[in-house]
Amino acid sequence: MLKMTHLSKAYRTEVVETYALRDFSINVREGEFVAVTGPSGSGKTTFLTIAGLLEEFTGGEYLLDGADVRGLNDNQRSKLRNEKIGFIFQAFNLIPDLNVYDNIEVPLRYRGLAAGERKRRIQDSLQRVGLSARMRHYPAELSGGQQQRVAIARALAGSPRLLLADEPTGNLDTQMARGVMELLEELHRDGATIVMVTHDPELAVRAQREVHIVDGQVVDLAAPSRRVLSVSAQL
Amino acid sequence: MFAYYLKLALRSLKRNVVLTVLMIAAIGVGIGASMTTVTIFRAMDADPVPEKSGQLFAPQIDNWGPTNKKVVTGDEEHLQDQITYTDAINLMNAHAAVRQSAMYVTALPLTPPNRDLLPFQAPARATYTDFFPMFQVPFLYGGPWSASDDTDRAYVAVITRDLNDRVFGGANSVGRTLNLDNHEYRVVGVLDRWQPLPKFYDLSTSKYGDAEQLYIPFSRAIEGHMESWESSNCAGDAGEPGWDGFVHSECVWMQFWVELPTPADVARYRAFLNNYAADQQRAGRFNWLPRTRLRDVKGWLVHWHAVSDEVRILVLVAFSFLFVCLLNAMGLMLAKIMNRAGDIGVRRALGANRGTIFGQCLMEAGVVGLAGGLVGLALTALGLAGVRLIVSPATARLTHLSPTDIAIALSLAVCATTLAGLYPTWRAAHVQPAWQLKAQ
Repeated sequence: MLKMTHLSKAYRTEVVETYALRDFSINVREGEFVAVTGPSGSGKTTFLTIAGLLEEFTGGEYLLDGADVRGLNDNQRSKLRNEKIGFIFQAFNLIPDLNVYDNIEVPLRYRGLAAGERKRRIQDSLQRVGLSARMRHYPAELSGGQQQRVAIARALAGSPRLLLADEPTGNLDTQMARGVMELLEELHRDGATIVMVTHDPELAVRAQREVHIVDGQVVDLAAPSRRVLSVSAQL
Repeated sequence: MFAYYLKLALRSLKRNVVLTVLMIAAIGVGIGASMTTVTIFRAMDADPVPEKSGQLFAPQIDNWGPTNKKVVTGDEEHLQDQITYTDAINLMNAHAAVRQSAMYVTALPLTPPNRDLLPFQAPARATYTDFFPMFQVPFLYGGPWSASDDTDRAYVAVITRDLNDRVFGGANSVGRTLNLDNHEYRVVGVLDRWQPLPKFYDLSTSKYGDAEQLYIPFSRAIEGHMESWESSNCAGDAGEPGWDGFVHSECVWMQFWVELPTPADVARYRAFLNNYAADQQRAGRFNWLPRTRLRDVKGWLVHWHAVSDEVRILVLVAFSFLFVCLLNAMGLMLAKIMNRAGDIGVRRALGANRGTIFGQCLMEAGVVGLAGGLVGLALTALGLAGVRLIVSPATARLTHLSPTDIAIALSLAVCATTLAGLYPTWRAAHVQPAWQLKAQ
């Protein structure tokens, strides 16, 4: 589903070149729930934005659902993003002046779906996250947990092949975080492919597989020295 | 997507009311100022006889010589803007044009038949019968006097509708008499509303003032020693004392117009005019090479600066002001859009391409422009109402907003604002979604 091979991402200025990702390889298979962990500044979010086609990479190869994304133009990337990827952000990123219904409708509008189809999908996804009754509410009228559920509903409405979640419980209290994680697990059981970036080891262990990033590279968590280093970095 | 963009634009504008109001106000004020000045300019620059302006010509003859600098309007060739009685009569007698008429303005004391009304001084134009068909003057009752009335110095008059209303209560007064300067004049015609602006056929007095109230034969006015009520220009030589001395002097005090329907007629008349001046030279009246000129209505208006340079400068200033207003609106739009960079990043993440973001923001600019245009129209109406308080009623009638003006104002506002919104919109379309989302 998502395969990056020897991928690198460098930020260049006139005097210095900084690598956010270097020789980065990962392979996420269809139906997998993968947690990507690592200390702050390790390159987790850069990996996620590249995976979500929001940012270009400098070198290597990236295949999304079997398609090479290198060299795609803005329109092609946007279309691919809209059709194949669903985003769940730490800060929810709901548009404040749109109500729940309109927020979920945004990606469906960009896909050019008919009004009836949009409505059906919005109702289905809201039912799935248990917020059918909040359709006309505005984000400011919802709790953090509810906002994140709306964001998940928005990600689901487009029936994406891949869900990318960036610290999905980072802004939530424990109870709300548990609810959101249970929802993600339920989605996974239903067949969704999920890549979740988190720095929380408790959340990471709930995924099927954990990929750890340090200094822009995937490290083997099985190696004891690396594991110690990784845990101390998190502490 | 149009309806969706429109819906989003309205929501976005509601989100920051202060910025939205400021943008609309900036555009509204700019549009209001520019539309007000353009309406005034157009009122002054209008073609007073659209159907015939290319067929009516005012001849000029140099009867003072090239060394005489005393000219009325500073003509570059030192040609006088009016002509002498001598030239007027000679040109009339020549009948070289399809229609021709000499004319000048005078005034006559009028004693109304209704004794309840007090006598008053009525501005009058002494002219020939050709004046009426030549300038397409509309008649409510009757018609022009005859050519023989011109020859016979008849006591006949054509009066305006306003004068007819005032003196005869609006009734058909053709055939009735009017006491002018203790002489009974027979009314042969009553004009319908007619007030070409600017008053192209006589720009020596007020270009936008009210027209005369009655018309009498030129020959009658000369016979009656009716003096001109306009400026006479004599280049220092007023001739012999008395009426006859003045009339036969080289003083210029008359307007002269001819109707020349075809280019061939114009060429023939131009040649005739030069030959006439050459004849005058040969006769010893001019001791310089013949110099004449023939200008059509538009040329005549330009020559007379019918639209003053101040008005032109005002239009320029108003459009510069609009430009400044648009720059301000552009700055505000940029601030507003950059403030929403996070939302734009989210939309990009959800599948919007650059074109979609561009279209959405451009729609917002268009809506601001339309609202600014409506505010601008209201300000234009206010501005013109203010102008109408200080200009003559005749000019005031021209300073109204037509449906075309409204369409122009709204189109100008939308187009200009959309244009001003291009840069902020371009910036919005190039928001890096990854950076925005990382920042959050």
